[in-house]
This record gives sequence, C-alpha cells and structure tokens, in this order.
Amino acid sequence: MYHDTIAAIGTAMTQSGIGIIRISGDEAVAVGDRIFRSKKKGKQLSQVKSHTIHYGHIVDGDQVVDEVLVSVMKGPHSYTAEDVVEINCHGGVLVMKRILELVLRNGARPAEAGEFTKRAFLNGRMDLSQAEAVIDLINSKNDFAMKSAVRQLSGKLSKKIRQLREKILYETAFIESALDDPEHYSTEGYSQKLSEVMDELLLEIKMMISSADNGRMLSEGIRTVILGKPNAGKSSLLNLLVGEDRAIVTEIAGTTRDTLEEQILLDGIGLHIVDTAGIRDTEDMVEKIGVGKAVQQAEEADLILYVVDSSVELDENDRQIIDMIQDKRAIVLLNKSDLESVIDNDMLCRLTNKRVIIFSAKESYGLTELKHAIQDMFDHSELNFNDEWCLTSVRHKQALCNACESLEMVKQSIEDGMPEDFYSIDLMNAYEQLGMIIGEAVEDDLVDEIFSQFCMGK
Amino acid sequence: MEKKRVLEESYDVAVVGAGHAGCEAALAAARMGLETIMFTVSVDSIALMPCNPNIGGSSKGHLVREIDALGGEMGKNIDKTFIQSKMLNQSKGPAVHSLRAQADKQDYTRQMRFVLENTDHLTIRQAEVSELVVEEGILKGVKTYSGAVYHCKAAVLCTGTYLRARCIFGDVSNNTGPNGLQAANHLTDSLKALGIEMLRFKTGTPARVDRRSIDFSKMEEQLGDPRVVPFSFSTDPESVQKKQVSCWLTYTNEETHKIIRDNLDRSPLFSGVIEGTGPRYCPSIEDKVVKFADKDRHQIFVEPEGLYTNEMYLAGMSSSLPEDVQYAMYQTVPGLEHVKIVRNAYAIEYDCINPRQLKASLEFKKIRGLFSGGQFNGSSGYEEAAAQGLIAGINAARYIQGKEPVVLDRSQAYIGVLIDDLVTKENREPYRMMTSRAEYRLLLRQDNADIRLTAIGYEAGLVSDERMSYVNWKIEAIDQEVERLKKTKIGGNEGIQAFLREHHSAELKSGTSLAELIKRPELDYETVKVLDESRPQLPPDVCEQVNINLKYEGYIKRQQQQVAQFKKMEERKLDQEFDYTKISGLRKEAVQKLNLYKPASIGQASRISGVSPADISVLLVYMEQSRHHHGDKK
Repeated sequence: MYHDTIAAIGTAMTQSGIGIIRISGDEAVAVGDRIFRSKKKGKQLSQVKSHTIHYGHIVDGDQVVDEVLVSVMKGPHSYTAEDVVEINCHGGVLVMKRILELVLRNGARPAEAGEFTKRAFLNGRMDLSQAEAVIDLINSKNDFAMKSAVRQLSGKLSKKIRQLREKILYETAFIESALDDPEHYSTEGYSQKLSEVMDELLLEIKMMISSADNGRMLSEGIRTVILGKPNAGKSSLLNLLVGEDRAIVTEIAGTTRDTLEEQILLDGIGLHIVDTAGIRDTEDMVEKIGVGKAVQQAEEADLILYVVDSSVELDENDRQIIDMIQDKRAIVLLNKSDLESVIDNDMLCRLTNKRVIIFSAKESYGLTELKHAIQDMFDHSELNFNDEWCLTSVRHKQALCNACESLEMVKQSIEDGMPEDFYSIDLMNAYEQLGMIIGEAVEDDLVDEIFSQFCMGK
Repeated sequence: MEKKRVLEESYDVAVVGAGHAGCEAALAAARMGLETIMFTVSVDSIALMPCNPNIGGSSKGHLVREIDALGGEMGKNIDKTFIQSKMLNQSKGPAVHSLRAQADKQDYTRQMRFVLENTDHLTIRQAEVSELVVEEGILKGVKTYSGAVYHCKAAVLCTGTYLRARCIFGDVSNNTGPNGLQAANHLTDSLKALGIEMLRFKTGTPARVDRRSIDFSKMEEQLGDPRVVPFSFSTDPESVQKKQVSCWLTYTNEETHKIIRDNLDRSPLFSGVIEGTGPRYCPSIEDKVVKFADKDRHQIFVEPEGLYTNEMYLAGMSSSLPEDVQYAMYQTVPGLEHVKIVRNAYAIEYDCINPRQLKASLEFKKIRGLFSGGQFNGSSGYEEAAAQGLIAGINAARYIQGKEPVVLDRSQAYIGVLIDDLVTKENREPYRMMTSRAEYRLLLRQDNADIRLTAIGYEAGLVSDERMSYVNWKIEAIDQEVERLKKTKIGGNEGIQAFLREHHSAELKSGTSLAELIKRPELDYETVKVLDESRPQLPPDVCEQVNINLKYEGYIKRQQQQVAQFKKMEERKLDQEFDYTKISGLRKEAVQKLNLYKPASIGQASRISGVSPADISVLLVYMEQSRHHHGDKK
C-alpha cells in the first residue's frame, strides 16, 4: 500500500505555463524509462545520476506526446525520500492528462489525495510537528475527493457501474458456490456462457472508456445551462463556445429530442453545456411549455448563461427568466452588441443582480471576459474544483482500464482451458476496480451474494 | 468457620471439553510436555460427531491437511476410520481440490479416545467445569460443579454447543446438549462475571433413519473414489485402499415443500421460539423452502453413520419442525415413503463468545492464560473446531513455556484466514470455512499444506525429526526439478513436433524449455516425460508439486506479489492496549471500532469494517510520530 509507485499531476491544471507530472516509488525510474526518449540516443534514466535533468520526448509507442524535461531524484534525497521522477511538460490540461494516463498505464497507480505528503512524512522527510497538518490534509483531501468523485459521476454512469458489478458478483458467486458445493452446482458448459457474459461486459466497459476519453464520463463538470428567449443568440453562443475547443467537443444526442448537450473545456474548465433548445425550436407552440422545460434545466444547473438580445426590449419572457436566475450562479450576456442596443447595461445589472458582459456571439466579442468570469466563479475556492475534476476523470478511466484488463484475463483463462476457480481471481479484481469508481469496497460482498443467490449446504 | 474441604489438584493446562477442538488442544499441550487435564461431561462422547458423518469437504479438507501438517490428530484419525472417501472438485484447479471422507462415527470416537488415553501427560476427567479462577486478569484454575479446584497455568475452553444448550423441535424443547447429553449450565455465568461478552447461536441437524426402511432403488448411488488419497501426510497411501460403502442421492419435491409451508406456523424457527442466530450455509429445510421458493426440489444425501449401525443420516434435511411433520415430509421423498425415524431432527441453541475478544493466538485479550477454540468461538464444523483447538492448545503450552504464540496469517493457511476472520470481522452467525474466504487460495492448497506448515509444527514440538527432514528434502527436490526443467532446452526437431501433433499441441517455431511445454493446457509434467532424457526418479508428491508450480506459475507469482504487499501491512504491529481516543483525526466510528477490536497490526486494522483507508493513513502518521518520540527518549 505504501511501497508501490504512485503518480499525479503536481501543478494546477490550467491551460498555460508548465505542467509537472510527479512519480514516486521503487518503480518510478523504470516507469519513466518506459515512456521517455532522450534527445541523446540510448540515454536511460536508470543510468543517469541523481538530481539531474534530461531533455527529450514523452512517447506513446511511436507517437510523440510532448517535448519535456525530466528530472530524476533518487531516494532518500527527494521530497518523498523515495525515487522520484518529475516530468516537466508544456502544460495544458490535455497534455498533462495524457502523460499521466501514460504513466499509469506503464506501472504506476494514481496517488491518493495527500499521498505524496503522507509518504514524505512517513519516510521521515518532514518535521514531526507537521504530523497534525498531514493528518488534516489526508482527511480534508480525502473527504473532498470522495465527494467530488461521486458527485462528478453522473447518476446514469454510477447506475451502469453498479449493474456491471452486480453481474460480475453474480457470476463469481456462482463459481464459488459450485466450488463449495460441487455436488449441488455443476459448472458443466459454464465457461462458454461466462465467455459470452465477458464479451458483453467488455463491450460496455470499453464504451465507457472511450467516452471517458472525450470527457463524457464526467457528465456533470460544471453543469451550464443557456437560457434566453427565442432569437436571443443562444445557438450562436453555443456554437462559439464549442468552436473554441473543437478538438474535444462531442455532441451528445439529448435524452429528449429538444435539448442539446455539449461537453467542452473552456481554458481547462470543464463545462457541460445544456442548450434549452425547447425555446429555440418550438416558437410556434405555447411559449410556456418551453419556459417550463427551461425552468427545470435551470434548477439543476451549476451555472446559467442568460443570453439577452440587446436589440429588442425586455419582455415577459425575460422577466420570467430573471426571476428564475435570482438564486442561481449566473452570468448575463448582453448579446448582439454589434447591433444598436435598446437595453441599458446598468439597468440590466440592477434587475438581475448579476455580472453583465457586453457580448457579440457573431463577432466573438466578450469571450475572454466570459472565460474570466467563469474562472472567477469556480477557480477561487481553496480546493481547486477543476484539478479534482480532471484528476478524478483520470482515476476513473484507469480503474475502467484495469477492470477491462482483468476481464480480458478471464477470457484468456477460458480460452486456455484453465479451471473455473481461476476465473474468480480476475473477476473479483474487476469488481474491486469498478468499486473504486463509485467508492465502494469489496468487504463481504461475495460471501453474502453466495448465500443470497445460491442455496448452500446440507 | 471451617473452610469446606474440596478436592484440589494442579496441572499446567486445563482443557474444558473433549470434542474436536478439545481433543486437539489437549493432545497438543500434552505432546508438548505440559501436564494436561481434559474435562468432559461424558467420557463416552469424546470426539463425538453429533451432526454430519463426514470429515473434510470443500475448504474443510484443507483445514484437516493443515492440522495434520502442524502435528494434529484429525487427519490420522479419519484415515483410520473412514468408510468412503472422495477428492472433490477434481475437474477444477488444484487449489480447490478437497478431500471428504465419510466416517464410521463410533469408530472415529473410539480411535480418538484410544489415542488420548495413551498420550503421556494427559489426564481425562469426567466433570462439568462451572467456574474459572482468575486473579488480576490472570487465569489461575478452574472449578467443577462438584466444587473441586484444579489449579492450572492456562486453560482452553472448548465447550462446543454445550453451554446452556437447548434442543428444540416443534413445541418440544429440552435443556440438553446434542444427543440428549448433559448441558453445561453454569460456566456462562462465570464468564459473564469476568466481563466476557456472550452471544447465542443456533444450529440444527436432520433426522437419523433406519436403513431397512429405505428403498434405495429410487435413489442414485454415490460411490467413493476408486483410488483413495489419505488425509494425513504420514499415512501410507496403500493402507487406505479398502472396500468402501455407498451414499445415496434423492430429492425433495413440491409435495414435500407444501407440507413444510403448511406447517410453518408450527416451526419454532418462524414462531420466534428460537432466538439464536443460525448459519446461512447450512439452512434447515424449512429455511430453504421459504428462502428459495422458486426451487422445485432440494438434494438429500442419505449417508451411513457407520458400519455397525443401520442409522442413516439425511443430509440436507435438517429441521426443527414437530415430529409428525418430520414424518410427513420425509415420507414424500422418493425412497423414503416408508421411512422409520430413529432420532428426530432438531435445532440446538447454545452460548458462545463474541470472538473479537480474542487475540489471533486465541488467548483472551482481557485474561492472560485463558484460551478458547471451536464452536465456543462462534464457528461451526468439526474441522474449524479442531483447527482452533490445535492452535489454542499450542499457544496455551507456549504461554507457559514463555514462548511467542504461533499465529498463522491469511497468506499462510486457511487456519489463518479462519482465525483472522473470527477475531476481526463482525460475526453474526456460526462461521464456516469457505474457499472464497481465502484470498490467496492458489497458494494455500491442500496438496502443499506440508510444505507450508510442517516447520511451524516442528518448531512447536509436534512434528517428528523424520517428518521434518523429509519435508525439507521435498522442498529442495521440487526447487531443483523446477530449475532443471526451466534449463532443459528443446528444439523443434521432428521427434518433438510429432509428439506435439499427437497431443494436439501447437508445433514449435523455435527452441523452448520443457518448463514452457508443461505450461501448455494440453500437456503436463507426466506427458512430456518422453522428451525428458535426464529426468530423475522422484516420488509422486514431488512430481505433483513440480507440475502445479510450473503450470500455474503466472498466477502463483501474482499471488505471491500480493502476499508481499499484505505482509508489509501485517508487520506494522500495533499496541493491543492502546486507547485510540488519543489520536485526533480518526473518525468517530474508526475510534470506536479500533477500541473494540484492538487490532494487532495495521493489516488487521485495515480489515475491520468501519475503518477506512484514510483512517489507516492517519494511524500510520501517528505511529511514525510516536516512533520518533520514543527514539528521542532513547
């Protein structure tokens, strides 16, 4: 538990500046060597002196991920008193995430909250008077990580993971019942059936992994709802925001045909944008229906972007929206600033009691101010919402990959004609990994499942 | 006033109870040279098998092998007295192969009694122990109901199901132990007075019926294995090849279930007469019918109780229904239409302890010199009992000898898993060993119990020099042979390719080793013999280990790595007297649980439910801090 090799992003996850991925533990240098190609041909990190810095590339197979400086600090003269490798990359959320994922795939595991500090302390690198502070750190970080990890997982996904776990547990319990009571439960023909179950589960997990890649895994992010009356420019705003970061934009077909949801990263801040398309598309129908839907969306939102058409007077619709956003975190965008304005900025500000930004979706005017406004709202808390947001997604993905690998091993065991008891080992590993995502341990689940599903004993 | 004159004697160790736990405890202590006295309510019931007539079974067979490797008696005794034997799960991996033997119950009792009566330093005494003598938290002796005082330095409580026992069927309830034997009604009060927390558990047994009233033609015959494998590593395999008896399989049906359902109101289990908590793995037939209502039939194994009796045991039909209902339901079963019951099925309730009051050595945390084992500790089953009895007996002796206790961990033995689960986990029902409870089961095989544990038994003084040197030789021989096979390279010449084709195995594209070939699913150590020119002559048990070690090498290595991690946590010892309220930063629930269990190591602490990984981190930080403070003082 505290001798294996851990990794984490060591700097704030912002778009600019330099990012550091830190690896600590017995395997740190070996992990580094697996993904680092020095400019000097053949230079291995395992052969360099301690406390030296090396220039080269991080590679994923043949593909170069980033140009980096890698420093090697051998224990005990490092922060954690273990072997430490730090990868200084160009920063940027995507690059940092990608390198971290690569590190995890090559033998490290994601660090727990506060774990570097804990190790530093346990290895005698910190003053004893700091013990209380370390304990506080572990507790606060842990509480926060747990909360945010669960919060960040959408209800749909955690339900999915529970279902997957249930299936895995059931199969394991069947195998174990048959082992404990072989005269009662026969495993004849069972491997074929299990192999099919494995295929189903693998397909589902792989789909989750690929959606984790483009950010859909964390459906919540900052749940952002765009409100505004018809023709205020909501779609243009959406297109503008989406266009900002086209590389990782994915369009999710809404659960209902009349909402559109998008995942974007705005300067490293994850936004889950819901366009209340109901208003946009149903002009012919009773306005109230559209507004009703918008109300529902707005109630669930972390952030509301209220788009106001500055070229027309405020009307009943606007007043309803203004009522709606009173108790919410919201930013008002006074759109169409390229046209002649009939709405007074200050008046709107008093009316809504929110920050008002003069905006033109058409001319991309005001976008920088909007980004800053969002950052001000979400980035100021002491525990950086966004860092956790990103790191949790990496942890989740890693757990999914590990679960996937374990289930692949079950399939391999079946193909190799291994006996059934070998399947349980990997099945339970997968079960445990999926449990990490939703914060559930294994405990006595298996024994309980055996007794509740299978009639045991004489 | 003149003091009442009573009988007084002195021993080193007093063992209370002569069931499967008591026998192992007493034998271990006596064989280790300690003067030992064993109490029983009836000398005729030594090593009694009051429930099922078999020893072993899935994971229980492992326990027996481990008991044997450590120098216990159970394996040897069943080898002498079995009447049918099977190796279960032979189509599965080696880790779950498990021996199970049908015993001649009377013979089992008689043979064990013979061994006990002929063991030096061992005294057998028929008496009910009613009180413990404890002074300042140290065990000083035991008193019997007649008033006699037996001074001793250590005691092992193995009271089984006898403490305030009550047998129940229908509305009939008797305050007796199993088979109408006298219950022990007084010791509980003495234990409570000493501050020991008691629980009340329940278990049950099916009816015994007359063989002559059964129509076996309607049942499926269950034969023993053609070649019997002995339980004990020191039993000559040839000595156990003998004529075996059959068991029989039949099933309940809808009619049986209807009778049960119609009479549930007369079942003490459902009417609330029984308060004790029953085991989930061994439910009564009424439990099964209620809980698994969708199952249209349940198995019944009809098993002989011995060679010189017509009594047959109806495995799977334990019940506490009234006797008229028992008759009615049994008679719906094919082959049992005219069945005659000899003994009714019944449920039994008894007092036992909450085992979290014990250390892993099976000594009470609060009372030095007081040990316990078996059903008294909240377990169930003969094998679980014997395993604990052996460890409790060894540690009672070692306590007197001034030696460190023998504590097996979860990576060493099923016995380690059993005891760790008992002392660490919330125990709400009689605990039964299961193979799924052993997370490192690939390493804890019944075939390698001798390799794992003989040295520990030898160190304790329970294993002969001869046995030990054989096992040492065996370990060496296995290693050498595995190494040799890894080094033996073979190329893809025509002879080898033909061999591979013949065994439906892929032909070689380049040279490989014999070890690699053995790993292929379709080949093994035996089949590749023809390719192996320099193979030494090795005994079958060595060959078996070589084959398993090579075939499952990948999995075994993975488990060994997990064990290495596990060991690191086990080695971080905690002070078992520590007050956890002193650590700020632990969550309330964790403090409460840690104070309740007083774990011996960080590893054990991490297995207590309600103690989170963050709490463990806090504990580690605290330990590091206090270690430094102590260092400063020195």
